Amino acid sequence: MTSEHEPAERPPTPSAPEEAFHEELSRIWAPPPGLLGFFTAVNHRVVGMRFMVTAFVFFLLAGLLAVAMRLQLTLPLLGVLSPEAYNQAFTMHGSTMMFLFVLPFVEGLGIYLVPLMIGAREMAFPRLNAFGYWIFLFAGVFLFIAYLSGHGPDSGWYNYPPLTGPGFRPGANIDFWVVLITFLEVSALVAAVEIIATILKHRAPGMSLNRMPVFVWALFITALMIVFAMPGLILTSLMLGLDRIVGTHFFNVAAGGDPFLWQHLFWFFGHPDVYIMLLPAIGAISMIIPTFARRPLAGYLPVVVSIVIVGILSFGVWVHHMYTVGLAMVGLNFFAAASMLITIPSAIWIFAWIITIWKGRLASLNTAMLFSLGFIVLFILGGITGIMIAAVPFNWQIHDTQFIVAHFHYTMVGGVVLPVFAAVYFWFPKFTGHFLDERLGKWHFWLFVIGFNLTFLLMHLTGIEGMPRRVYTYLPGLGWDWLNALSTAGALVMGAGVGVFVWNVLRSWRGGAPAGPDPWGGDSLEWATASPPRNYNFLRIPLVTGPHPVRDGVVRESKARPAWLEELTERPEGRRENIVTSVLAAEPEGRAVLPTPSPWPFWAAMALSVAFLGAVWTPWLVPVGLLLTFVALVGWHWPRDPERP
Amino acid sequence: MRLARLPALAGFAAVAALLAGCGGPQSIIGTMNPAAREIEGLWWIAFTSTGVLSVLVFGGLFWGVRRSLRAGRTHPADDPDPATRAREDRWILILGAGLPGVFLTGFLIVAVGTGFSVAEPPSEPTLTVEVIGHKFWWEVIYPEHGIVTANELHIPVGEPIEVRVTSADVIHSFWVPKISPGKIDMVPGRTNVIWMSADEPGAYRGQCTEFCGVQHALMSMLVVAEEPDDFEAWLARRGRPLALPDEPELLRGLEVFTDAGCAACHTMDGRVRTAVTGSPGPDLFDLRSRRTLGALAAENTRENLEAWIVDPHRFKPGVRMPAHRLGEDDLAALVTYLESLGR
Repeated sequence: MTSEHEPAERPPTPSAPEEAFHEELSRIWAPPPGLLGFFTAVNHRVVGMRFMVTAFVFFLLAGLLAVAMRLQLTLPLLGVLSPEAYNQAFTMHGSTMMFLFVLPFVEGLGIYLVPLMIGAREMAFPRLNAFGYWIFLFAGVFLFIAYLSGHGPDSGWYNYPPLTGPGFRPGANIDFWVVLITFLEVSALVAAVEIIATILKHRAPGMSLNRMPVFVWALFITALMIVFAMPGLILTSLMLGLDRIVGTHFFNVAAGGDPFLWQHLFWFFGHPDVYIMLLPAIGAISMIIPTFARRPLAGYLPVVVSIVIVGILSFGVWVHHMYTVGLAMVGLNFFAAASMLITIPSAIWIFAWIITIWKGRLASLNTAMLFSLGFIVLFILGGITGIMIAAVPFNWQIHDTQFIVAHFHYTMVGGVVLPVFAAVYFWFPKFTGHFLDERLGKWHFWLFVIGFNLTFLLMHLTGIEGMPRRVYTYLPGLGWDWLNALSTAGALVMGAGVGVFVWNVLRSWRGGAPAGPDPWGGDSLEWATASPPRNYNFLRIPLVTGPHPVRDGVVRESKARPAWLEELTERPEGRRENIVTSVLAAEPEGRAVLPTPSPWPFWAAMALSVAFLGAVWTPWLVPVGLLLTFVALVGWHWPRDPERP
Repeated sequence: MRLARLPALAGFAAVAALLAGCGGPQSIIGTMNPAAREIEGLWWIAFTSTGVLSVLVFGGLFWGVRRSLRAGRTHPADDPDPATRAREDRWILILGAGLPGVFLTGFLIVAVGTGFSVAEPPSEPTLTVEVIGHKFWWEVIYPEHGIVTANELHIPVGEPIEVRVTSADVIHSFWVPKISPGKIDMVPGRTNVIWMSADEPGAYRGQCTEFCGVQHALMSMLVVAEEPDDFEAWLARRGRPLALPDEPELLRGLEVFTDAGCAACHTMDGRVRTAVTGSPGPDLFDLRSRRTLGALAAENTRENLEAWIVDPHRFKPGVRMPAHRLGEDDLAALVTYLESLGR
């Protein structure tokens, strides 16, 4: 949003050549002006911030749906929402939180921070980046247009056939879900490819893999997981789409199809997906805690190895969503063991953070640190209920009850949303040059965490008392009334906390206390540049000599820069460039010329929308949209005079 | 240290106290079946052991934060040497891999043992019941006796019963937590098997636990466990051929039944016709004796039955049965006739 504007402050007393170089880079990296510029911008900080802001708007919308559902469940047999409205609300809530908030938000955070943390000027494929954002925006907006026009999907975010097949759910509601989710995953895949390429090839010279910040490691593994997991979802939602739209029978029992096929493919994506969301949070917390504890992270290697292990293990646990479908007992136990194994890398993270805190020197408990500590506690609680429900016989009783709802809100809200808040309080000064207000931050924290526990700690009991999930109402006399009433009260408190946060962000975006380049004393590279960073990120590409580049003074020693570094990074000749370094040791290899701003990513996303969204109305729009996409791709790649910037 | 752990301990105790008060009609606590009790035991093992472990970890975290805050007032930033960092790495591995490793090995052994133990009934089942899920009710078949009923299973107390489940439409899930080892999905085109037995006579509540559409919420059932004699008597009252009523009022009711189109969805003789039934509505032969209407949506009284026929959506919005416009006399005759069935 504002990050393309020139920051007010400059480095202290710039010398004349510095000043000239700054002006040259500013000219090269200047965003296109005006309304047209808005549609052509490709800068990773603009795209990253757009991802985060848009995803947060979806978070607020899904939160409102959650409040509506809680109000309906306050007492037995209330009529706040009709059954149809409730079923649409929980489907939209889940789909929005999973697909439109958490993943896009952490992707946006990564897109914004990764180049800064690795000392690059830009992501590897800036136009692809912008393309991914437009797809995300169009898919999200259309899902809500469908919902508000009464065609909201209504069969859960996991969308099991045959309930969602053409035989049992005619109408456009499920079509919208199928088409938009498939479409959205294009955006996730694009971002993943982008992040992998950027991390592997554009790290500042000297930042070998073992010097990479944990957050960058987490994003790298996350992106790899997206590449392996998302095709499962794309495949299965495509199959359901074909069942619905052109009459294939992948899931139609009567025609020899199999509803379990959906469940296997969906959860083969679905369970890695929760770790795809969790790992960036783990990475962020592993940056925040050492900064405030004022010492390096204890156990860098075990933490990073644990991230890799979770990335692998998470592909071997999906059947724990299917214990009750009637599979053989012996097989289930292997999946139970694999699910429980994830506790070990998780415990390694937790003890690494505890030891970092224990041996560190906390100056005070500010909001970012409070959210980090709250995260550790809630993540542990979500983890232990996770161990319980990984046990096959206990799962047979508790599966699809409110206990499960409580469990995954501890892991998803406790494990991802709290770290997201911590990350926002931590990096907001970098994004905007202003601090978020600490007093409001503490109100936000306590309201949110108390409300959360009131809602969801009690929900474990509601589940043990036998209340199923996805029910729009319940009968009196089952012992669920007071638990539900208190859960609703908690949800309102939580909502108030989010309200305080929104107010804090709006107020502090321009009006918060000004922050310098490194307000917290962080020692990864994003703190070595201005807040907010300039359009070109770094005036001089840093030469990294250790795992703590800022503390090692890497940026300030510009006098001792080798000639090859200047040759590779300080002769742009009017072109946007990134240095290219080797995969393992980040040894310099060359320079990559990056594309300029362009409206074509926007048009390509529009054209692809015609293909995907058009399928809801008629399959004939698919070839039309694909043809338009082809035209847009030709425009995107039209050869230009390399001498002209 | 002790002070530091107090809040966490208090929280743990409060949750335990709340849990001890559990045991409502559909609770997984206070069960009436040996397998369900074993799972209950597994829950208490899991709750206590993870509770103790997490209180220890929270204590460590809390103490670490206090220690760190104190050090932060007096000492500047810390930069550990390589030997210290190696020691930290070792501790992280010992605590992070060792603690859960030991605990999980034990817990997994208990869990797997429990799983194998509860999956099969302690002795050969003496009775097989088939339950077919429909949107949004349960068709109940006693294949050995050739009879069919709905939403209310009757079983002899104390004996293991085999329940074979499938679905006529979408996926449902069969769950009577008090008297069976958990739930089993009812999947179209497949037959899944679970068993149940009730230690004591009584009516046990069950509910569909796989989202199956607009009225998933009010798709419940009762399992009535009776003394063997009562159960035999219950069986004997069913499956008799339907005879034309001889009283004029009942005959009138039958006419209304036919004219209003009830027979399009409902059978009335309580007898199994084909192996796979596609009946959209429940058989009405023993409607009179059922405790509830609409799969536990309403108590089975004459007023409720009349109101249900006029507008079932009042009780259960989205149910497949349409509303009926019937004259007052017709309605009374119809209800009288329905209540005479199986007498």
